[in-house]
Amino acid sequence: MIKPYGDSWGDGQVQLSFTLPIPAGPRAREAARRLAAQMGLDDVQVVHMKDLSGFTYFILYGSCRHSIDLDQIPLAVAEGEMMTFEEINHFVRERLGRKVVVVGACTGTDAHTVGLDAIMNMKGYDGDYGLERYPMLETYNLGSQVQNEILLQKAMEVGADAVLVSQVVTQKNVHIQNLTELIEMAEAEDLRRRLILIVGGPRIDPSLAAELGFDAGFGPGTTARHVATFLVRELARRN
Amino acid sequence: MMKEQLSLDQGKVRQARELAHSIALQVQEDIRKHTTVTIERTVARLFGIDGTDQDGIPLANILVDQVNRAGLLDRGIAFWLGNALVALGQAPQQIAERCAGDLRIGELPLQDPRKVEEVLALYTERALTAISKQRQRREEYKERLGVGEEPLKYVIVASGNIFEDVKQAQAAARQGADIIAVIRTTAQSLLDYVPYGTTTEGFGGTYATQANFQVMRSALDEVSEEVGRYIQLVNYCSGLCMPEIAAMGALERLDMMLNDAMYGILFRDINMDRTFADQYFSRMINAYAGIIINTGEDNYLTTADAFEKAHTVLASNLINEQMGLKAGLKPWQLGLGHAFELDPKMRNGFLYELATAQTIRQVFPEAPLKYMPPTKHMTGDIFMGHVQNAMFNLASVLTGQSIHLLGMLTEAIHTPHLADRILSLENAHYVMENARDLAGEISFRPDGIIQQRSEAVLDQVVCFLQEIAGKGLKRSISEGYFADIKRPLQGGKGRDGVLRKGLDYQNPFMTKMGQELGVDHD
Repeated sequence: MIKPYGDSWGDGQVQLSFTLPIPAGPRAREAARRLAAQMGLDDVQVVHMKDLSGFTYFILYGSCRHSIDLDQIPLAVAEGEMMTFEEINHFVRERLGRKVVVVGACTGTDAHTVGLDAIMNMKGYDGDYGLERYPMLETYNLGSQVQNEILLQKAMEVGADAVLVSQVVTQKNVHIQNLTELIEMAEAEDLRRRLILIVGGPRIDPSLAAELGFDAGFGPGTTARHVATFLVRELARRN
Repeated sequence: MMKEQLSLDQGKVRQARELAHSIALQVQEDIRKHTTVTIERTVARLFGIDGTDQDGIPLANILVDQVNRAGLLDRGIAFWLGNALVALGQAPQQIAERCAGDLRIGELPLQDPRKVEEVLALYTERALTAISKQRQRREEYKERLGVGEEPLKYVIVASGNIFEDVKQAQAAARQGADIIAVIRTTAQSLLDYVPYGTTTEGFGGTYATQANFQVMRSALDEVSEEVGRYIQLVNYCSGLCMPEIAAMGALERLDMMLNDAMYGILFRDINMDRTFADQYFSRMINAYAGIIINTGEDNYLTTADAFEKAHTVLASNLINEQMGLKAGLKPWQLGLGHAFELDPKMRNGFLYELATAQTIRQVFPEAPLKYMPPTKHMTGDIFMGHVQNAMFNLASVLTGQSIHLLGMLTEAIHTPHLADRILSLENAHYVMENARDLAGEISFRPDGIIQQRSEAVLDQVVCFLQEIAGKGLKRSISEGYFADIKRPLQGGKGRDGVLRKGLDYQNPFMTKMGQELGVDHD
């Protein structure tokens, strides 16, 4: 069982900030404190309060009452199991004996390719090469604003093993609708079992991905190696 | 006042500018040949056609589509409207409403050409007078209240609900913002019509509609009086409806418009001929309305490497400048874009940022440059992000940038929360006030890293523009010269909406504005 660590084990120290839609003052300060207490913090301190013309911004500290059981957390790829660039290529050569075909796109109306590019582009992100760089991966980056239908068509056309979907815009949960549609279309066309479906984006996590029917979901901080490790292992498992 | 920190080889600057001029001239040949459905809808809108039919389709679309389907649009919608005005003796709006029913204006008997001319001249004058009045009002406001001190602090609102946007915009102005941009909803750029009325739903932004423009402009007028500073409003003249948005903005007194000559091709995969024709007319309207345009070169560095491809930004700035001047924009209206996008891990990255920002400043001394904050290397670490933005703020004040788009510490996480914007304003205020006159106190070593980087970039710009001038702009784009993105010559969205002008083509707005702006139609 773990809790947040400030400067000693178990102190549960948490920092948070938020805005309340009321003018600053003693009442606003107390409102912020009570709200934090309801969030599960003890010994709440409002360390900063600033009036933003009718709104008030707060920075607070408190000690979190809750703790987490690490054994209860599912993961697509556990830490320490991530393979290197060479290991992944080697794994594909040895275990699958052919190139793995991957199609990626930002779907729906989403025009933000930053996440997709970080995973797919040659250059990759933060020193971690993108999937295009892997000799044993054959990749198709379809770019932004791709309709689910077109994505699946392309996946069939090139005989894809996996489909990567990136969703950055999540306002009003537009991504949920869009991702659900993809799964439904894949099922309707009997493609669901033939494809590994992976979703990524700043608001994506493994539980959401599983709930929507994807094989894996990757959130912030994911690099190409992460995705590739999962992908090739899952493919080997299915073979 | 700008300080000439760097010693630029003026011969090379001149050479680069001449190359950009010849590149713009080549494209201009094509622009002259074409009109598009949105250009014609713009003419309809300027004649006063507004609103939608029962199904929510804008009347401007209904009218233009009808004439286009009849194969008559190559003469220009103005001619058919003018003919209908004379034939029916009704106002343009009534005619458009009847076109939503069973009126076919292409089938009306042709009227006395002199009468058609007269009525067209009358309606053209009326629209241009309305635009001039707004221009005058803006000038009065600016004169009376001022606009704040450069670098002007530019923030975005993007709640999806125009009435929510108003609250956030006013709060931002009270906290020191000088310019408010209302980000458009995702994918509006790919709609081949402009939505109608005030809107309260959007994804990652708010629909650009004429009614929304009006709501926001009047809210900003109100807060401008309160804070004693004219708060400028920005929207997006981009996508498939560039000139229509320009017309709406001109009528509702927007102050700035994102309005790039190539952005739509590169980043929205819009057809080249469509974009080039649309940008020309939209820029002419912006020129006439006294609106400052913002170009989108900053985007290049989000897809291509910001260090290796720094020269593509300056090269594109030069092309955008020449195409803008061709459309009648004046140097003070050219908010050429660039960005602070180097990898924060790079040793001396800040020096290289200063080198390009100062070079661009000196190449365009009169232009209100638009400087964009870090986005590519914003990770979700808001604390680090806040520091990156502080460095960006310092680079901006040090190199005398004009339109300063505030970086948000929550970039890459969500559209800004109210507090994010205020934290960014505080950051910018602190850094810029603290370093206000630093530029006047320092100079760069003539043999130093910054000077050398500037020279290297300028050399690359000249080579790059030579290549493009040789190949032509369209072919260069198709080969991935900008942003590492390739777009096919004949492909792209909106291609259906491009028409070759007939010999008897008429666009009285283009003619009249062109004359007044001193644009050479050749």
